[in-house]
Amino acid sequence: MNGATGAPLIPLSVLLPVLALAPFAAALLLALLENRRRRAAAWILASVVLAGLGLVVLAGPAIAAGEVLRWSVPWLEPLGLSFGFRMDGLAWMFSLLILGIGALVVLYAAWYLDEKEPAARFFMLLALFIGAMLGVVLAENLLLLVVFWEATSLSSFLLIGFWHYRSDARRGARMALAITGGGGLCLLGGVLILGHIVGSFELDRVLAAGDQIRAHPLYQPALHLVLLGAFTKSAQFPFHFWLPQAMAAPTPVSAYLHSATMVKAGVFLLARMYPALGGSDAWFWVVTLTGLATLLVGAYLAIFQHDLKGLLAYSTISHLGLITMLFGLNAQLAVVAGVFHILNHATFKASLFMSAGIIDHETGTRDIRRLGGLARQLPITAALGIVAAGAMAGVPLLNGFLSKEMFFAETLQKAGQGSVLWLLPVGATLAGALSVAYSARFVHDVFFGGPTRGPARAAHEPPHFMRVPVEVLVLLCVAVGIAPGLLIAPVLMPAARAALGGELPEFSLAIWHGVNLPLAMSALALVGGLLLYAGLQRFIDLHRLEHVARGGREMFEMAQAGIVRAMRTLTVSLQNGSLQRYLLLLIGFALAAGLLPWLSSDGWPGLPALPDDPAPLGFVAIWAIGIAATLATALLRRQRLLALVLLGAVGLSVSLAFVWFSAPDLALTQILVDVATIVLMMLALRWLPQQGPPVRARLGKWRDLLLAGGVGAGITVLVLAALTRPFDSISPYFLRTAKSEGGGTNVVNVILVDYRGFDTFGEITVLAIAALVIHALVVSVRGRQLPLAGQPSVDARGQAQAQAQPKATAPPPTPQTHASLMLEVVSRLMLPVSALVSVYLFLRGHNLPGGGFIAGLVLAIALVLQFVANGQRWVDERARIDFRTWVGWGLLIAGGTGIGSWLVGAPFLTSSYDYPVWPLVGAVPLASAALFDLGVYLTVVGSTLVALLAIARLRDTPGASR
Amino acid sequence: MTLLLAIAIGVLAGTGVWLMLRARSFELIVGLTLLSNAVNLFIFAMGRLRVGAEPIIDATRAPTLANYTDPLPQALVLTAIVIGFAMTALLLVIALRARMETGSDHVDGQEPR
Repeated sequence: MNGATGAPLIPLSVLLPVLALAPFAAALLLALLENRRRRAAAWILASVVLAGLGLVVLAGPAIAAGEVLRWSVPWLEPLGLSFGFRMDGLAWMFSLLILGIGALVVLYAAWYLDEKEPAARFFMLLALFIGAMLGVVLAENLLLLVVFWEATSLSSFLLIGFWHYRSDARRGARMALAITGGGGLCLLGGVLILGHIVGSFELDRVLAAGDQIRAHPLYQPALHLVLLGAFTKSAQFPFHFWLPQAMAAPTPVSAYLHSATMVKAGVFLLARMYPALGGSDAWFWVVTLTGLATLLVGAYLAIFQHDLKGLLAYSTISHLGLITMLFGLNAQLAVVAGVFHILNHATFKASLFMSAGIIDHETGTRDIRRLGGLARQLPITAALGIVAAGAMAGVPLLNGFLSKEMFFAETLQKAGQGSVLWLLPVGATLAGALSVAYSARFVHDVFFGGPTRGPARAAHEPPHFMRVPVEVLVLLCVAVGIAPGLLIAPVLMPAARAALGGELPEFSLAIWHGVNLPLAMSALALVGGLLLYAGLQRFIDLHRLEHVARGGREMFEMAQAGIVRAMRTLTVSLQNGSLQRYLLLLIGFALAAGLLPWLSSDGWPGLPALPDDPAPLGFVAIWAIGIAATLATALLRRQRLLALVLLGAVGLSVSLAFVWFSAPDLALTQILVDVATIVLMMLALRWLPQQGPPVRARLGKWRDLLLAGGVGAGITVLVLAALTRPFDSISPYFLRTAKSEGGGTNVVNVILVDYRGFDTFGEITVLAIAALVIHALVVSVRGRQLPLAGQPSVDARGQAQAQAQPKATAPPPTPQTHASLMLEVVSRLMLPVSALVSVYLFLRGHNLPGGGFIAGLVLAIALVLQFVANGQRWVDERARIDFRTWVGWGLLIAGGTGIGSWLVGAPFLTSSYDYPVWPLVGAVPLASAALFDLGVYLTVVGSTLVALLAIARLRDTPGASR
Repeated sequence: MTLLLAIAIGVLAGTGVWLMLRARSFELIVGLTLLSNAVNLFIFAMGRLRVGAEPIIDATRAPTLANYTDPLPQALVLTAIVIGFAMTALLLVIALRARMETGSDHVDGQEPR
């Protein structure tokens, strides 16, 4: 890649990431800096910016020689996204602009910011912005460009809202973010289409594929989306209104973002994409007309602004329109002129913003009506401002004149090519005259004349260093204006060449081209503009005019308020605080989604064929009981104890179904969980009303019945449909390898602890978390007055009273001992047996029904039985076990087993096994999976007990038991 | 047999949904338990219904789906049953807390006006 000019010490391309990422490093450093250390903050950013500028200058010769520097590393390769940078002439020129003006802005800001303002934060945000901006121009692929593009939107949002205590700053920042962010989304869409067309997001390939892109049927959507991105960013009509609102930012921000850089990102995109997207009719009409409209609207509105920065903002809009229009003309020379004007506008507009900032800083106001005669008080600033305003107006011997002349010439060129195209030079001349008028107003009303409203305080020249950036920029304006070929050609040439994607046309940067039509247009604009300004002041008196631009901003705010209102209405109507309503909507939508395939155009697929497998009597009996119990649960739901017993019967039926259909592990698990659930709910019933009072619902009951019936019928049909279809499964693999690779014959258990071990690990983690949350929820109410089951519910109004004075009604006496002598004795006898069964089930689990889950539940239930039969106190007196530690150990063992396989270089949870023979038990699979299963076992025992005991121990709370 | 099981699953799910739409937290939890039973059976049934084909490999039968039922849905459902229990417990405690905080066992924390 390198080597055209001899091998440098370090390949220049390696410096690209340094250049692009250094501002982010600076931002990090600045974030750690104290806010009051203003000088240090400025120095940090300034040194980074200057070093970057040095790198850019260093790359100059190579770029001038036509080289393109590239550096990249793979990032998200499946998405076609690499992390890389690319510097061609255009990127180089923009880097120069960003860093050059950036350095001046840092210097300016160091003097502009008040002592009390958080300087480190300001410079940090500025550093972020500089980094994002460099990223946009240096990105080597379109996706990365979009990422940085969004970063500029975000960081500019923060910069505009820097004075966040001011509502206008917040509003302006929000508006800028909404519009440029929305444009960013469009750009992303356009870029994705481009990537689809080209087959790559790499800039090199996209730029080389212009013909392919323009011929593609998706060219139009791609073009318009990308243009929306560019137009919103560079404040083109009708999106222009965010820019004046963004003037609420501190002036260094305005000078930088809204003259030299961020708004230029939009026109940068036009220049960048010109080889790929430009050259078509659609491009010409859309870009040219948008540019022309923006040019005229901006220039017209600028005249009537009373805010100094507002005037400059509208003028910026107008100049951005001019540049956009130049790129739209589809002419090589116009592109050159566009790039040239980007440079010129950046220099004079940044200096003008800074002058406005100095005036604001020194006089305390930016209101043109209160300013006047400042040429006497601030002679040097005035001189600088007047020269810069001259450049803005296009006065000869200043840089603005040159590019404006080229602009006039190009519109004339185009005018010869079509019928209505004569409008272009006419519009251009008119806009020229308007820009002379507002420039004249800027000069006359501020530096001469007198204030018409309460005059500002007496001013004097600012600190010298605050003026230095303005001096540098104005000097550039003059120097470029006088000797363009010498100064600007080396910067302009490579940039224009890159923007054109090929060779440069012949052009000359001379000041004097002889007496020709463009010169006449310039003269007309100058004279006409001055006359216009004089006329306006004499006959209308601009100062008395309360003309404020209406339109976009109001529409935006109305739309914003409307959306907020509509969303609030929607939210309130959907989220009315009723859980039943939410569930109703959820289930209704699920039902509708399930019905959708039947309603689609393919027609009614018909009910599935009924399978022909008569049910044996036993099975019929199981489900006769099961279905009856299910329905009875619903019917008798208010008699809660009875409902629980019926729920237990349902669980039993389910468990028997598992037995019937060859699932012994499931049957065991189901029956154990059934027991645990019923015990749990019995315990909970103590703190819930025994009988649920009915809630009146008129229409609701039938509607719910319909919905529930729909769900039931739908699921029945779904089951039948699935079960009568051919069956394919990945399970043959598990069956085949369970023994040989998993070391167990109980395939379900092998899947749990081996094939899907990672899943199981997640599941026991969920179990543990649920148990701990339950514990926490219960512990945090210990010692509070609890309403017992016997107490009536208190409504919201009575609640405060209930808390203030505990109810006198005594809670039912807590049975401390002798619940049932029989149960007591049996449960004590059973504990060792149950424990043994549990261990047995655990050990054989890998080969026969059993395993960690089942064994854990068995032990848990045996222990719970002790609490139920003998009482909390009896157990606690003998063994006070904190089952939370079991949970912890369980998870540790399971996780440790997984990590253990790393030690032998295998992935997480790889298991190995062996079969040592234990006395009496026989050959026991000592697989690492068994250790994992031990973790499962402990977690299950621990979690179940933590949950059950948490609820059981509620009775320990003083409020509840006494 | 398939038909009966399908109907049973439907009844479980429908009843569960109906109970979940009731206003009391207790009924909601009972409904949820029924619904999770239905869902467990549903997933289990997707592995097809086989009688006498436990997925426990023995040396006399070749390890194919012709001789054993599908073990995968069983493994999925096994953990689902246990987690369902944990969720029921959690919901119960939340319901208890809600009643302690609000004095009401209505799912919205207060009786409808």
